Amino acid sequence: MPDASPAPLLRLDGLSVAFDGVTAVDRLSLTIRRGETLALVGESGSGKSVSALGAMGLLPPNAQIEGGRFLGDTDLARLRPRDWQGLRGGRVGFVFQEPMTSLNPLHTVAKQIGETLRLHQGLSGRVARERSRELLAQVQLPRPGELLDAWPHQLSGGQRQRVMIAMAIANDPQLLIADEPTTALDVTVQQEILALLAELRDRHGMGMLFITHDLNLVRRHADRVCVLYNGREQETGRVADVFGQPQSAYTRTLLEAEPRGRPAPVPAAAPLLQARRLAVSYARPRRLFAKPRPAFEALRPLDLAVAPGETLGIVGESGSGKTTLAFALLRLTESRGEIDFAGERLDRLSGTALRRRRQRFQVVFQDPYGSLSPRLPVAEIVSEGLRYHAPALDEAEVQHRVANTLKEVGLPADCAARYPHEFSGGQRQRIAVARAIILEPELLVLDEPTSALDRTVQKQLVELLRELQRRRGISYLFISHDLAVVRAMAHRVMVLKDGEVVEQGDCLAVLEAPRTDYTRRLVDAAGLRL
Amino acid sequence: MVLAYTSRLSPITRRRLAVFRGNRRAWVSLWVFLALFAGSLAAELIANDKPLVLRYDGEWYVPLLVDYPETEFGGFLPTGTDYHDPFIRERLAEHGWALWPVIPFSYQTLDMQMRRPSPAPPSPRHWLGTDDQGRDVLARVIYGFRLSVAFALVLTAGSLILGVLIGGIQGYFGGKTDLIGQRLTEIWSGLPVLFLLIILASLVQPGFWWLLGIMLLFSWLGLVDVVRAEFLRARNLEYVRAAKAMGLPPRLIMWRHVLPNAMVATLTFVPFLFTGAITTLTALDFLGFGLPPGSPSLGELVAQGKNNLHAPWLGITAFVSLSLMLSLLVFIGEGLRDAFDPHHVQHAASTSPMPRTPADA
Repeated sequence: MPDASPAPLLRLDGLSVAFDGVTAVDRLSLTIRRGETLALVGESGSGKSVSALGAMGLLPPNAQIEGGRFLGDTDLARLRPRDWQGLRGGRVGFVFQEPMTSLNPLHTVAKQIGETLRLHQGLSGRVARERSRELLAQVQLPRPGELLDAWPHQLSGGQRQRVMIAMAIANDPQLLIADEPTTALDVTVQQEILALLAELRDRHGMGMLFITHDLNLVRRHADRVCVLYNGREQETGRVADVFGQPQSAYTRTLLEAEPRGRPAPVPAAAPLLQARRLAVSYARPRRLFAKPRPAFEALRPLDLAVAPGETLGIVGESGSGKTTLAFALLRLTESRGEIDFAGERLDRLSGTALRRRRQRFQVVFQDPYGSLSPRLPVAEIVSEGLRYHAPALDEAEVQHRVANTLKEVGLPADCAARYPHEFSGGQRQRIAVARAIILEPELLVLDEPTSALDRTVQKQLVELLRELQRRRGISYLFISHDLAVVRAMAHRVMVLKDGEVVEQGDCLAVLEAPRTDYTRRLVDAAGLRL
Repeated sequence: MVLAYTSRLSPITRRRLAVFRGNRRAWVSLWVFLALFAGSLAAELIANDKPLVLRYDGEWYVPLLVDYPETEFGGFLPTGTDYHDPFIRERLAEHGWALWPVIPFSYQTLDMQMRRPSPAPPSPRHWLGTDDQGRDVLARVIYGFRLSVAFALVLTAGSLILGVLIGGIQGYFGGKTDLIGQRLTEIWSGLPVLFLLIILASLVQPGFWWLLGIMLLFSWLGLVDVVRAEFLRARNLEYVRAAKAMGLPPRLIMWRHVLPNAMVATLTFVPFLFTGAITTLTALDFLGFGLPPGSPSLGELVAQGKNNLHAPWLGITAFVSLSLMLSLLVFIGEGLRDAFDPHHVQHAASTSPMPRTPADA
């Protein structure tokens, strides 16, 4: 940046990172000044994290790093290992994605913050404790005095991320690197965390490198943005400029990747699936000689109905009971209340009778990596249910149907003999869809099918699902926390919070004119452009 | 249906085979072991105290298969022929010819024509010498190898079936089934196996099947923990849930989705089971609680080596043959484990161009 402003805090000058000869980042140049947030944006595998980790020397030894990298006046490329230790956690603070795993579960909060204070500032004992308390107050945790002695598992995801931030700013760093700091958090919590980061940045005059895949967050929380694709810098500039007049083709695709459109309208009909006073509760473990505690109500009694060919969106944050509801309807979890499917009481069936019915209501899970057996080729995975439910089919017919279904979900014909690990997340999700629809179900439960995918891939999957619905008249129960996707998929929507229905009704009506505060907060946080 | 089954299995099997082949040490070990085992299966053709075929007075005889009385060859007693008897040998040489195996002694043949006291050192007549009863050591090693491997094979197969079945049921269903099953296996594993065997040895003369049965009662216990843990973990995997949602019955889910997962951990256990079975049998024979006296057993050879320190060929032979057999098995087991691990597929693919890199650089 040939800018008149003071010397940049972090300057990368043609940084390249390669692993065993395979280039991951190709000649990336960027600068961050004090008090500024630079967002590094890209899809998974675009090299965003690798470039940050590479600049800070945190990559495994098989990475070859080239190009200039400077923190203030320090040439990072010439730093000795001992100097690195003082720099990381001292002049540079890190906040990582996984609040569940980046805290050591065996130490209290005070001990973990105290460790970095001891290493970098030589504080110990009461002084360190007092400073830790101050830091917890700074990251706006309630009751910092009590939380000092809390264990990581006693904190919520958002609280853990605040503790991580407290650790990152403990030594007044000049630069804060936040690598997807909010990806694992609920949307409303995301906004709070990012607001906190911005406030801390201003108060301490830090520069911030904010790595994310979420354009909505960039739009709201960054000053400048650098778009990466396949390890190459696509464009860099002020957020308003890049979003307003994208220069590179890739940025435009990325901006247009928000799922659009609406599902095809459905004629009114008798419901296919109907639940009355459906509820799920889990008994809490009973201690010896203690009074039995009341059961945990994962889902309070609710009614719902899905018509043939209709999509009901279930929206809510983590812990709201979305997945519990899906599992109860699928009869994979014990539940109370009536479940009526195509005029039959599903909740009264069990054993083989239930298994035979399962063909008619199928499910696609969230994690495209976990939901396919890594030991079976794709043809096997897709045909498995068919072989059980229609044993009369001969081998040629089964193969024929598998080939047709794979074609229908848009997978190449040669993929039948390959194994799941050879496919990308989006392709795997297509395999999961193929496995479900080959049984010709009337209802398909989609449990966060898009949340592990990149935006551009999400859009394609949403289009595929709508197309399948139009062609086959399948009903969907679409579970998601992502309102943009829900808007593109659902006819009606039901908002859940803590196992209770907060609001329900026509999808557009609910999203455009929410009647409850909670829904309004969700819609605001999602940054939907209506 | 059979055709469908093989075509279904072949891509997986092919991959696993490729990985296994990629591991040179395991691949060579497998072939060496198979050759040795095949050879020992034909032990009667290699080491025997009867001629394979012989011609006597223009007639064909097959002593290997048929017991001929001595009177056939001009002897005086209507009992089975001792072909090592100098008198019979003379008659055979005069009236025809005999084709002998490479080692003209079986595992229990006492060499009456030895001029040296037993145990005799290696000589052209006895390549590895004789033991303290004048029996050919090489013949005993060949038969002993076969017996040990057969014993271990049957024992391992039996424990695999029992262990996977019991561990799998406990792990997959969990809850009360698991709780009760675990307590029962814990109680069962508290029984002292060695004492049981010793007590048994004083009641009956334990044969091959007796020993096998007793050891089978306990050898599956180690597997149960491994298999149960794998099943417990796997039953909550998403693709197992997906299979449940698809309506597959538990037996199919266990067989197709959970068991392959548990197989890696189980297979890493199999070499231990196998070598464990061989060493246990050897140890029991060494202590004298094993196979009946006279059986070709490596443990008995070890015991003889210990009792006859002045005859080092006994101890050395026992040591070399045991360690060779166990090392080969461990190498094969290692290769098997890697072949069943799906992560090694990628690993093998990425390391295959490695030999070229030094040449490039």
